Amino acid sequence: MGAMLDQYREVAPQGTVEFLRQLGQRVEGKRMLHVNSTRHGGGVAEILQRLVPLLEELGVKTRWEVMTGSDLFYRTTKSFHNALQGTKQRITAEMYEAYLECNRENAKRLDLEADVAMIHDPQPAALIDARPEGSKWIWRCHIDVSTPQRTVWQFLRPYLVRYDAAIVSLPKFAQRLPLPQYLIYPSIDPLSDKNRDLTPEEVDQILARLGVPRDKPILLQVSRFDRFKDPVGVVEAYRLVKKSHDCRLVLAGGTATDDPEGAEVLADVQTSVGTDPDVHLLLLPPTANLEINALQRAATIVFQKSTREGFGLTVAEALWKGKPVIGGETGGITVQIIPGLTGYTVNSPEGAAFYAKLLLNDPDRMAAMGQQAKEYARHRFLITRHLQDYVGLMIALDQQGR
Amino acid sequence: MGIRRADSPFRFVSCMELREVMGQRAMDEQRLLELIEEVPADSIYYHTHSYYLRHAYTQGLFPNDFATWVTLHAHDRMLGERLGILDPFEFDGIEQLRGEILAIMGEHLSHIKTVPRATSGEPFEFVRSHVIEADLGLETRTLREFRDALAHVEVGAIYNHVCEARLRKGRLSGDFADWLSVEDGLSLPELAARVAKVGCLGLSLEGMREQIVRLCDRELAAQ
Repeated sequence: MGAMLDQYREVAPQGTVEFLRQLGQRVEGKRMLHVNSTRHGGGVAEILQRLVPLLEELGVKTRWEVMTGSDLFYRTTKSFHNALQGTKQRITAEMYEAYLECNRENAKRLDLEADVAMIHDPQPAALIDARPEGSKWIWRCHIDVSTPQRTVWQFLRPYLVRYDAAIVSLPKFAQRLPLPQYLIYPSIDPLSDKNRDLTPEEVDQILARLGVPRDKPILLQVSRFDRFKDPVGVVEAYRLVKKSHDCRLVLAGGTATDDPEGAEVLADVQTSVGTDPDVHLLLLPPTANLEINALQRAATIVFQKSTREGFGLTVAEALWKGKPVIGGETGGITVQIIPGLTGYTVNSPEGAAFYAKLLLNDPDRMAAMGQQAKEYARHRFLITRHLQDYVGLMIALDQQGR
Repeated sequence: MGIRRADSPFRFVSCMELREVMGQRAMDEQRLLELIEEVPADSIYYHTHSYYLRHAYTQGLFPNDFATWVTLHAHDRMLGERLGILDPFEFDGIEQLRGEILAIMGEHLSHIKTVPRATSGEPFEFVRSHVIEADLGLETRTLREFRDALAHVEVGAIYNHVCEARLRKGRLSGDFADWLSVEDGLSLPELAARVAKVGCLGLSLEGMREQIVRLCDRELAAQ
C-alpha cells in the first residue's frame, strides 16, 4: 500500500503525505463518484486520472464515470460553456432538449450509487434528477460563471439548486445559489510529463529539436493563440525589452486549425513579429507536455499576459519550475502571482516590459523570486493540496449530514 | 543529568482549512466596513487568523486580507498600514478583533471626504473558514523527540498548536509552551516562556518552526 502517494513525498510540503493518510482515515470506506464528459483531453480529465487512484489509496472507494452523448449534445454543451463564460450564444429548443435527453440516457446507463458524487461542469449537471437517496451531490464548476448568458444560467439553475454544495475555483466565479459554495483551486501534478523534473540534457535536446537556441535569455508565453491571452501585447513587450536587452521571445501555443478566430490571431501575431529571427512561434499539439515542460524550464522569465483568464494554471506550472511570472491582472493569475514575491501583475505591454527589464537587470532578485515562486506553488497549487481539499470537503459534508 | 521524559506525551494534531465563498462583495471601504460588521465570525477568522495557514512559509504585503485589499485595490495605504499592524492573536476572541477593525475603519472614514473604491474592479470577496483537524498519531515524550517531530511535522500542526490554541482553546501561550512548562510535560518553564514569545513575533508558520527548533537545540546543547 502507499506506492503512489509516497511518490509525492519528495515534492509536496513536508508532512503532507502523513497528514493526508490521517485525514483519509476519517473517510475510509466512503464511496465517491466523479462524473464528467471526457476520459481524455482537457484539464478535468487530466487531474482526475491522478486524483482517482490517490483517493483510492486513502481508502475512499472512488469511481469515475464518463458521459457519452451525440454530436448535438457536445455542440450544445460547448455553447453552454461559452455562454456561461459570457460569450453570447444562440441555443435552440432542440439543443436544450438534446442536453436533457442525453442526461436522461446517461442516468439510466451510469451507476450513480455513491456516498458523495462530484459532478464536473455543466455537461452532466442534470443527472441530479437521478440522484440516489441519501447521497451528497456536489457540482464542481471549473469555469468562470461570474457573468453568464442569462438564458443558459436560468435553464441550468433549477438543476444546480438541488445539489448539496458547489465548488468554484475563485470567489469571483461564484454565482448566487442557495447552497454552500466551496473554494478549491485547481492544481498541477508535479510528477506528470508537463511538470516533472527534467535533466539539463533533456531540456537542451528538446529545445534543439524545437529550433530554439539557448544563447540569450528567453522570454516565454505558453498559451492558445487567443485574443484574451494577448500574444500581440507580449510581442510589444518583447520589443520594448529588446531595445536594451538582447533576448529571445518564444510564443508556444496550440495549433489553430479548428478555430477560425485562433487562425486570425496567429496571423496578427505573425504580422507583428515580421522577420525577427529571435522570435519563435511554436505551434504545438495538445500532447506536447514534455516540450512545454522544457520550454518553461529553459525560460528566463515567463509571461501570462492575459486580459481575461479563467484560473490560468500555466502560471502555476511556471512557478513550480522556479520562474518569476509576469501576468495580466485578471482571474486566477492574481492569486498565483504575489507582486514582488512570485512575479508581477501588469495591465499593459509597457508594464510587462518594465518588470521584465527589472528582472533581467537583477539576476539575484530573479533567482530569489524563482525560489519563492517554487515554494508558493508547492504549498498552494500541487495535486496533494487538491486531494486534501476534496477529502476535507467529504469530512465536512459528512459532519453536516449527522 | 538524565533525559527527562514527560509523564504526559505531546500529541501532534494538524489541521486544514476548507474555504466557503460567502457571495458577499465590497467595492469600496464603506461597504467593506458594513460587511465586516455583518459577516459570521468564521469569515473574520478567515481573512485575519487563518491568513497564517495560507501563507505558511512567507507573507505577502500585510498579514491580513483587509489591509492588503485596501492598499492594493482601494489604494488607501494609510488604512492598509493601520489594519496591517494588527496581530489577530492578541485579541481575546474574534468579536474583539472585529470591533477593533471596525473602530479603525470608522475613524479613518470619518476623516476623509471621498470613500476609497476598488479602481481595479477587483472587489473584496468574503470567504469563511471551516477548520478540520486530524490527529497525526505522533507522540513525543522527550525534548529531543519533540524537536525532531516539530522539525518535520506538517505545517498545519504548527498553526493548530500555536495559533488555534491561542484563539479557540484559550491557551494564550500555545500548546507547545504549555506542554513544555507543565509538571507532567517537560517542566522547562524558561524554554516554555521563550517558545511562547515566538508565537507573538508575527512570523510565518515556517518561521515559527525554525525559531522553536532553534530554541530546542540550544536547550539540548545546554543539557
